[in-house]
Amino acid sequence: MTTPAKLTKKDFQSDMDPRWCPGCGDYSILAQMQTVLPDLGIPRENFVFVSGIGCSSRFPYYMNTYGFHTIHGRAPAIATGLKMSRPDLSVWVVTGDGDALSIGGNHFIHMMRRNVDLKVLLFNNRIYGLTKGQYSPTSELGKMTKSTPSGSIDAPFNPLSVALGANASFVARSVDVDPKHLQATLLRAAKHKGTAFIEVLQNCNVFNDGAWEHLTEKSVKDSAQVKLEHGKPLVFAKGTKGVRLNGFTPEVVTLGQDGVTEKDLLVHDEKASPSRSMLLAELLGPHFPTPIGVFRAVERPVHHELDQAQLAAAREKKGTGDLHKLLHAGDTWTVS
Amino acid sequence: MEAQPRPSAPKSVKEIPAVTIRFVGDSGDGMQLTGLEFTRATAIAGNDLQTFPDYPAEIRAPAGTLPGVSGFQIHFSSEPVFTPGDQPDVLVVMNPAALKTNLKDLVAGGTLIVNTGAFIDTNLQKAGYKVNPLTDGSLASYKTHEVDITKLTELALKDSGLNAKEVGRAKNMFALGMMLWMYGRPTEPTMRYLKEKFSTKPDILAGNEKALQAGYNYGETAELFGVTYQVKRAAITPGAYRNVTGNEATAWGILAATKLSGINGFLGSYPITPASDILHELSKHKHWGFTSFQAEDEIAAMCAAIGAAFGGTLAFTTSSGPGIALKQEAIGLALMTELPVVIINVQRGGPSTGLPTKTEQADLLQAIYGRNGESPVPVIAASSPSDCFDATLEAARLAVKYMTPVFLLTDGYIANGQEPWLIPDVKALKPIEVRFRSDPNNFFAYQRDQTTLARDWVRPGTPGLEHRIGGLEKDKLTGGVSYDAENHDTMVRLRAEKVARIAQDIPPTQVHGAPEGDVLVVGWGGTHGAIFTAVSQLRAKGKAVSSVHLRHLNPLPPDLGTLMKRFKTVVVPELNLGQLVKLLRSTHLVDAKSINKVQGKPFKVSELVSRIGEFC
Repeated sequence: MTTPAKLTKKDFQSDMDPRWCPGCGDYSILAQMQTVLPDLGIPRENFVFVSGIGCSSRFPYYMNTYGFHTIHGRAPAIATGLKMSRPDLSVWVVTGDGDALSIGGNHFIHMMRRNVDLKVLLFNNRIYGLTKGQYSPTSELGKMTKSTPSGSIDAPFNPLSVALGANASFVARSVDVDPKHLQATLLRAAKHKGTAFIEVLQNCNVFNDGAWEHLTEKSVKDSAQVKLEHGKPLVFAKGTKGVRLNGFTPEVVTLGQDGVTEKDLLVHDEKASPSRSMLLAELLGPHFPTPIGVFRAVERPVHHELDQAQLAAAREKKGTGDLHKLLHAGDTWTVS
Repeated sequence: MEAQPRPSAPKSVKEIPAVTIRFVGDSGDGMQLTGLEFTRATAIAGNDLQTFPDYPAEIRAPAGTLPGVSGFQIHFSSEPVFTPGDQPDVLVVMNPAALKTNLKDLVAGGTLIVNTGAFIDTNLQKAGYKVNPLTDGSLASYKTHEVDITKLTELALKDSGLNAKEVGRAKNMFALGMMLWMYGRPTEPTMRYLKEKFSTKPDILAGNEKALQAGYNYGETAELFGVTYQVKRAAITPGAYRNVTGNEATAWGILAATKLSGINGFLGSYPITPASDILHELSKHKHWGFTSFQAEDEIAAMCAAIGAAFGGTLAFTTSSGPGIALKQEAIGLALMTELPVVIINVQRGGPSTGLPTKTEQADLLQAIYGRNGESPVPVIAASSPSDCFDATLEAARLAVKYMTPVFLLTDGYIANGQEPWLIPDVKALKPIEVRFRSDPNNFFAYQRDQTTLARDWVRPGTPGLEHRIGGLEKDKLTGGVSYDAENHDTMVRLRAEKVARIAQDIPPTQVHGAPEGDVLVVGWGGTHGAIFTAVSQLRAKGKAVSSVHLRHLNPLPPDLGTLMKRFKTVVVPELNLGQLVKLLRSTHLVDAKSINKVQGKPFKVSELVSRIGEFC
């Protein structure tokens, strides 16, 4: 075998044309993924994309890798079985707000508490698109949809809070319309050991158009988002504003006003306690800028490594399995 | 016996061909352990045997109450034994509640051994006795032996340093010792077991050993028992034997299947009665490279198995009825993506939560039909505790050969029941052939083997074979998504045909009895022992009755139709309201008759003799 040529974006494009609605945010996410994967130095055949059901879950069909379009909500469970039995593979889960947080909520949290080494992309468009427009578990209270003509009475989940509550070791948020940030976030996730969770804010221009425009529109973007960078203070609005902690309560301050300097601001720490990350996750508009970036990145024992270590320790102690020995262990007797 | 040594009375030894003993007591009395240890000693003594534990669903119902009664029955003989016995000849009773719930099962004039120490007012009240049955003459028709096991155990352990609770717990060992003596069994196997179990608790070990020995000595010295019994060795096939439960045999079958296939194994499971013991057993064997995964729920357990199968691993999931109901959508995915997963259903009483600790055969139609769409899945069943081993191997073999999920049905009765097992020669077990495709030339994910219609198994990580599969309808060749009408019709038929072709792997059906006659009894699953024995008894009476017992339920054996036509009547006994009988009637247009029982209990031989007898 000759050394394989470096893979390109094209190598990751399958022969199937994406069939998302024109203008869907998913196109951008797919493109950023295909851009990033060649840089990981992983052979193409070692990637597996596993998805559930929903618009987002068509993703694997468009990736020229191994792929498994499974059933509603179950991608994390299927990916867990795959990763446990094949630790050599790079396994990615692609899911949506309904798939991950509603029908698949149980698998979603258990994947994270176990720290299964999966890279998880949750496309959050706050709507059920494939079933043509019902409210989702991230839809805002009062949301009018086909199934909630009088407005939703269910308070929404914040996907990041759920992930942090489940003790996810890597938690990030990015945006479909910010290719550079999304690429960087995908790269970080790919290199993380353990469950790497990214919420991608994504527009559904058919059933929930403008889902995130209050923070992605050019005119408001700078004041509505704050980019998280490890070790750096939370500054936004082109350096004019920041987020400060007043006791345990965050507040927005204007730099230069009342003597406030960058030194007074909350400094982002990806390795801080989960409650610190949770505080950031709960920063929401309109009173606060929405944080974008890596909220949490900590190292903790990885599920398949613990499993493999137990298997190896057992082999060390007992040797490899011997069927004859197994069947003859304990009380046996011979009839002659 | 330290307490009151009695002069050793001359004992007569009576030889009997078979006996059924039932140990019953409060669920805290250790009756399961007593039964298992008696079983061990009996097996080593060379009898053929079958056992049946019967315990409450609650971990520990209130002590002394009727729902808290736990029992263990063993039938052993110098002849081949296929059931745990219809009715106990001997009932060992540890408290009033146990007497109340079990006396009706004791054979007329049977032997009753009663722990009088437990027949105190509070216990009598809890059991609903207004008058002490030991004193009102109601037991006069039985050979009743009254032994104050509670007090005798206390006396034996008075210097042991154990507290009252620990002493109380040892009384089952006293009862066991007495019974071992009565049937001429050695105490050594139990002593060995105790040493292992209490290796870190020397006081408890000493106490239990002492109680066991005291019970044995009591039997020998007390004049209570005028006679001991001898059940001669059974004439069974030479070889090495062990006792095995169905769940153990299933777990070992899973490990054997990984060995015979040469690939790693994976179990995705979620705790559920009565299947959890398979998960427990497999979790002990990590040195096999076997990963057992306790998932967050039944669905995840099945899904993780599918993920492992996609990765090229021999994958299993174990559960019982309610859990299987949850898994069904995922089983549909496995059959759509044509991945091999063995789904083991240790059936219990249903519907819903039903009777978790009791047996039933009511999940056959759930296995065959219980999914959306035209969704054929092969179904096989095990017929006895040890047969679970062979059945598991067969399920794994079919799964990888035909690239399909396969159902294996066992049930609570054979899962927990125990029987001696002629340990198979490992070298004689047939390898399970697994081939992973590696050739990227002319690769199409849904291209099929012409004989089996199986598609290729491809491990992710194989260069040039990257492909996508999923639950949407597949193109018949490429496996890509297809909504084409003709293609869907073709695929539905192909999936059905693939499962139907498994018939080519089914060996000729073995008939017990003559190949033609008046009545053919067709059974499946854990009822084998009772049907086999009942048919043998009817044949001995000159009836023209035969039986077949089906391993394969979907597809059915190809020779079954012609076989049934050679008999005037086909009778199908099942522990449900008639599920196999529906299949036989619809598949073969045969006017098969049903014998049903849904009491959470296995068939008794006597009831089958009488009910099959109605057709002869």
